Amino acid sequence: MTQVSVTVDGVVYTDEVEARTLLVHYLRERLGKVGTVVGCDTSNCGSCTVLLGGMSVKSCSVLAVQANGSEVTTIEGLAAADGTLHPVQQAFYDSHALQCGFCTPGMVMASCDLLAENPNPSEQEVREGIEGNLCRCTGYQNIVKAIQAAGRAMSGTATSSTATSNTEAVRA
Amino acid sequence: MIPASFDYVRPSSIAEAVQAVGSAGEDAKVLAGGQSLLPVLRLRMSYPDTLIDLGGIAELRGVREDADAIVIGSMTTHDEVTRHPLIKQYAPLLAQATETVGDRQVRHLGTFGGSLSHADPAGDLPTVALTLDAQLHVEGPNGSRVIAAKDFFLDYLTTALEPGEILTAIRIPKLGEGWSSHYEKFNRVAQAWSIVSVAAVVRRDNGAIAESKIGLTNMGSTPLRASAVEGALVGAVVSPEAIGEASSHAAEGTNAPSDLSGRADYRNHLAKVLTKRAVLAAAHR
Ligand SMILES: Cc1cc2nc3c(=O)[nH]c(=O)nc-3n(C[C@H](O)[C@H](O)[C@H](O)COP(=O)(O)OP(=O)(O)OC[C@H]3O[C@@H](n4cnc5c(N)ncnc54)[C@H](O)[C@@H]3O)c2cc1C
Ligand code: FES
Ligand code: FES
Repeated sequence: MTQVSVTVDGVVYTDEVEARTLLVHYLRERLGKVGTVVGCDTSNCGSCTVLLGGMSVKSCSVLAVQANGSEVTTIEGLAAADGTLHPVQQAFYDSHALQCGFCTPGMVMASCDLLAENPNPSEQEVREGIEGNLCRCTGYQNIVKAIQAAGRAMSGTATSSTATSNTEAVRA
Repeated sequence: MIPASFDYVRPSSIAEAVQAVGSAGEDAKVLAGGQSLLPVLRLRMSYPDTLIDLGGIAELRGVREDADAIVIGSMTTHDEVTRHPLIKQYAPLLAQATETVGDRQVRHLGTFGGSLSHADPAGDLPTVALTLDAQLHVEGPNGSRVIAAKDFFLDYLTTALEPGEILTAIRIPKLGEGWSSHYEKFNRVAQAWSIVSVAAVVRRDNGAIAESKIGLTNMGSTPLRASAVEGALVGAVVSPEAIGEASSHAAEGTNAPSDLSGRADYRNHLAKVLTKRAVLAAAHR
């Protein structure tokens, strides 16, 4: 057993874990953070995406011991204490960016990572930015719209509450 | 799935790591970014009894200038490689190819040294190292040595690293005056590995190619140099016809695999088409 101390969604946890424990299993089974899901066995689907030290990673492809001393943000750490959704969550809700919802936790975390670097991404930049996340329901169209709307909402350039595809106009 | 049990060691210096690998014995494995190793462990295709995590060794990270070369620590992540000003300036081929590796999540953790050590013939970075004549710095129980990229990739997932040896840094000569480069990747969907890709580095002189280095990804069990194309390009004018003619030699001496993504003859065709595109794009930079 190896000791890990990790800050997850603002709370410090110290635990003894087997070295082979994947970060996603530590989050789900030890901490009960079942918002982060597992969708594949091959590191491809991205549904397990969390932020590790502020950067998106696939938590199925990181050992819990590798996260020792780091800060982890999961989908459960985004909303405010009073339940107000994070702007990215709100935009997914408003833009109907989910159907079954299985990919959504990972999509939202990947979007947060992308928007932190590029607050006003073009459609192409969004599509490339979330290439590590697979959605089997939506066809991505509304996910792309949601991410662009969230970017506008977070950078204070929103012109209306609904998603528009005309990012150039908003940028100008 | 969950990996089989292993002991975990996290050294904080290269010396400690070499010591740890040496004392752990044959079934130990080094862990870099884990983006190839953890999927393999999860699928239980490998059962190391000890993992030596290089993630805590600061001296393995970062990029520095050293006379006519840049030196990249083996644990420098793909993400850091794509952003580093020295790499953009002196090894733009590496920056461009690394941007095509996996996705943002994979690039945040995966490392340059891990990609080279893994030596997947579909990997993009072994081809870049070979094309740029990189020198690989290695530390092991018998001290340090330097291996030229052309002597490093021996076979499918097999390198010249001896048991107990760790890749510590990669030295890449600065792209010379008048040289330009391009990486042309062909894959089916975003995030996917190369079906075939071509790295081209060329020096133009008076509207013609004076010298070139052409590397091929996934045209055999290791990355390859297309030496027949390099020869045919000497003096070729930069026109689609002349470059296309020289590129028709791209499949010579290769041994392309046949798999779900394509048969060998399809890959041979791709190699020619992509070489032409890569050389033209490099020459027009
Ligand atoms: C979804 C997905 C898509 C991908 N797409 C691409 C792609 O398009 N192109 C591409 O090139 N790659 C791709 N990769 C692979 C990625 O580039 C990996 O980062 C890389 O292959 C391995 O680097 P790593 O640092 O993660 O190494 P690890 O997975 O930690 O290690 C890989 C192997 O190398 C050994 N090793 C690692 N570092 C050293 C060292 N310093 N010294 C000695 N041995 C060492 C390990 O023991 C292990 O056997 C993809 C991966 C995933 C998960
Ligand atoms: S569960 Fe599919 S990438 Fe992690
Ligand atoms: S909403 Fe079902 S997988 Fe994306």
